[in-house]
Amino acid sequence: MADLRVNIAGVEWKNPVTTGSGTFGFGREYAEYFDLSELGAVCLKALSAKPRLGNRSPRIAEVNDGILNSVGLQNPGATHFLENELEWLRKFDTKLIANLCGSAVEDYVEVAEMLGDKLDMFELNISCPNVKEGGMAFGTSPKMVEEITSKVKAASKVPLIVKLSPNVTDITEIAKAAEAGGADALSLINTLLGMKIDIKTRRPVLKNNTGGLSGPAVMPVAVRMVHQVRGAVKLPIIGMGGITTGEDAIEFLLAGADAVAVGTAGIVDPYAWIKVRNGINDYLDQNGYKSVREIVGTLELN
Amino acid sequence: MLCKLSYKNELRPGLFNFIIDCPEIAAKAKPGQFIHALCGGSAYLRRPISICDAVDNRFVRFIFEVRGKGTAELSKAEPGQMLDILGPLGNGFDVSAPESADGDILLIGGGIGIFPLLMLAKRLPKKPAVMLGFRDKENAVMIREFSNVAETVYVASDDGSIGCKGFVTDMLKSKIASGAKISRIYTCGPVPMMRIVTDIAKENGIDCQISMEERMGCGIGACVTCTCAMTDGSKKRVCKDGPVFSGAEVDFDG
Repeated sequence: MADLRVNIAGVEWKNPVTTGSGTFGFGREYAEYFDLSELGAVCLKALSAKPRLGNRSPRIAEVNDGILNSVGLQNPGATHFLENELEWLRKFDTKLIANLCGSAVEDYVEVAEMLGDKLDMFELNISCPNVKEGGMAFGTSPKMVEEITSKVKAASKVPLIVKLSPNVTDITEIAKAAEAGGADALSLINTLLGMKIDIKTRRPVLKNNTGGLSGPAVMPVAVRMVHQVRGAVKLPIIGMGGITTGEDAIEFLLAGADAVAVGTAGIVDPYAWIKVRNGINDYLDQNGYKSVREIVGTLELN
Repeated sequence: MLCKLSYKNELRPGLFNFIIDCPEIAAKAKPGQFIHALCGGSAYLRRPISICDAVDNRFVRFIFEVRGKGTAELSKAEPGQMLDILGPLGNGFDVSAPESADGDILLIGGGIGIFPLLMLAKRLPKKPAVMLGFRDKENAVMIREFSNVAETVYVASDDGSIGCKGFVTDMLKSKIASGAKISRIYTCGPVPMMRIVTDIAKENGIDCQISMEERMGCGIGACVTCTCAMTDGSKKRVCKDGPVFSGAEVDFDG
């Protein structure tokens, strides 16, 4: 058994596996399948200051090796979360990451203030492609990314992870802007904007017309972006995008991620997170590594 | 969980009847719940399929029509093969006795929505009346099986090739017009049908439970993709809060 501990911006995780925000709810459903204490961290569904209803259904479409979703950040709001979910989540020996969303900069600051130091880390969601305001609109301009990061950072009592959108020409510019704004860590990638058409009805499957692509289909894009961002900034990186197996996760770690998130794979297989964690350990054992930290960023280019 | 496919047959072209050996699911299953099946091939997501019956605390039966690549792939499974199944999922129908004990319990099914009603008919406190609607005679299945568990079975088809010509909703209207007392309605089928059934139930003060369908992800309530709009303005998850809802609480225009 290798040492799986990782340190992300001063917060120690017992292993490098967390959940992709928006795929894991607030943990209650998957807790019926495995002990959440098995995870390094649980990244919760996006929270806004006020409840959000999200988009109309259908809001999921199957594509080759993946899905499109257009949920649109449905959540019961931070107050409801604090009153009904947090105490239960704290029973588990794992780190908790709140994913913060909003329609304006002030909304993000408000939810950060509401949550205070009750969670272990924040993840700034400026990369959701499914909302008209906020979300990806903030995450695709370096100037905006720096501004919103610095304002939310000023309001945050816990380390701030900035989640990057892949829907940009040069993700390293966005990563540098987040670093300049005071981000403590980065996570990438959020979903890629996509569309699926039903050729019988000649309409998009999603009511929202477009949605975010995730699953194995996006993994090579995500690995490439993690590699690029690793070369551009010093911050810890949580890599994600299509991870289904331990071997997939190892690719991200080699490319420079310090930890990984599994999301869409869990929608198909509720044990995906545990399988990825075990698979990482197997790789380390089989290749004679004592710690997961030994392989981070050790990719050798041709 | 891996479950062995024990039996398979094709009820009519493209409509498959599967029986899996799965005591864990069979013992827990309630009518109206569903299983979530990994189909294999290039189908990435699982497919939700309603439970048609659970027998001897061991076998689970489900019937599905080939509609796309997932169901096409699943239909190729052969007896003896292991299937990756989650379940039973969802809330299921409320089978407790209706408040007013006098009056019929009525089950209304349309097309491939009739299948979960079979197990429901068997688990109700008293034998129900059943109305089944089909496109035509070719598509009509399981009428005899329903006859074995129902007080009466009424059949309608769009073209009149079997049963009455017309819709099950017309049969419901005439039953009510004839003065029959109905204490509760359970319905599963196309949304336009369930909408009319719900409206008629509302007008006549009849408790009505409907089984909704939506494109689904995880099937356990976490990904929040399969939501259904409610009349109170909220959105509920079809997989976890449903698939069975009170007809009165569903906003069909939402």
